[in-house]
Amino acid sequence: MHEYPITQRIIEVADSYARENNADEVKIINLVVGDYSGYVASSIELYFDIIAESSRCAKAKLHIERVTPKLKCNKCGEYFERKPFSFECPTCQGEGSPTEIGQEFYIRSIEV
Amino acid sequence: MSENREIEIMESVYDKNDEVASKINAELTGKNIYAINVMGAPGVGKTTSLIQIIKRLDGITPYVIEGDIEADFDTKTLQSLGVKTVQINTGGACHLDSPLIGKAVEELKVDNGVLFIENIGNLVCPAEFMIGEHAKMLISTVTEGSDKPYKYPLAFEKANIIILNKCDLLPYVDFDEEFFMKGVRALNKTAPVIKVSGKTEEGYDEVVAWIKERVK
Ligand SMILES: [Zn+2]
Repeated sequence: MHEYPITQRIIEVADSYARENNADEVKIINLVVGDYSGYVASSIELYFDIIAESSRCAKAKLHIERVTPKLKCNKCGEYFERKPFSFECPTCQGEGSPTEIGQEFYIRSIEV
Repeated sequence: MSENREIEIMESVYDKNDEVASKINAELTGKNIYAINVMGAPGVGKTTSLIQIIKRLDGITPYVIEGDIEADFDTKTLQSLGVKTVQINTGGACHLDSPLIGKAVEELKVDNGVLFIENIGNLVCPAEFMIGEHAKMLISTVTEGSDKPYKYPLAFEKANIIILNKCDLLPYVDFDEEFFMKGVRALNKTAPVIKVSGKTEEGYDEVVAWIKERVK
């Protein structure tokens, strides 16, 4: 649901960077989206074409790099992906804590 | 065809929201307002809990911003109790964001007290956006089941205080408290978990004690 305004924001940022760099057209937008960011990559793609229409991003392709959330084991320090209904480390059976990995949502770069 | 030229950006798309949020936070702090973002699924008793808390605030002025997709039942209830309340209807959006809060704060003319921001009933998106709050209060219930921390980890991770409501129903529902707490503690080591019941009113004194420690 909140992908609409955020897609607008992505286009705004990409457009202004393109303008600053004297590029008439953005060819690719490289976006990094963590699975815990709450954004659904496919919804962003859906809105993108409609919103980008009259901007420098009108023909741009969205490259979305998904990031799977990882926990960090409190015992052995290993980063690992959670199994459903568990926070257990697959290496040492210690308990994992949340990390920032999987919560990111940023524009890595544009290609012009 | 010329080759693509890559321009590095590395800019968080949250930036605009977070910028407004920290401005609101500073403004509220300056007015001696402690703001609590109240999160929880629909029907967990967010408004009922607020009423129980507000009843016990003796001397501290409460303000409420009510977020709902539609309707204003909760605002009317709170206003009938004499609580300064402003309604925000998002008209479909699943969470409140900081520009919305900025406007509501202005309208409320807050000064000295505690501001409760009742977020949209949703266990996902409200945890993802800063809205200028000082703390996040998560309301969970024994009727939702003990697997919620495992299914909605972010809300539990970000909470500063967790209220477990409808505890009067514990004898009647399958709620595995140990499993629930294990999940909560894996995600969040410090937030107090307080068992309450909107019906019997148990537990709310403890919640209010936690708030009073922070509002001064
Ligand atoms: Zn380990």
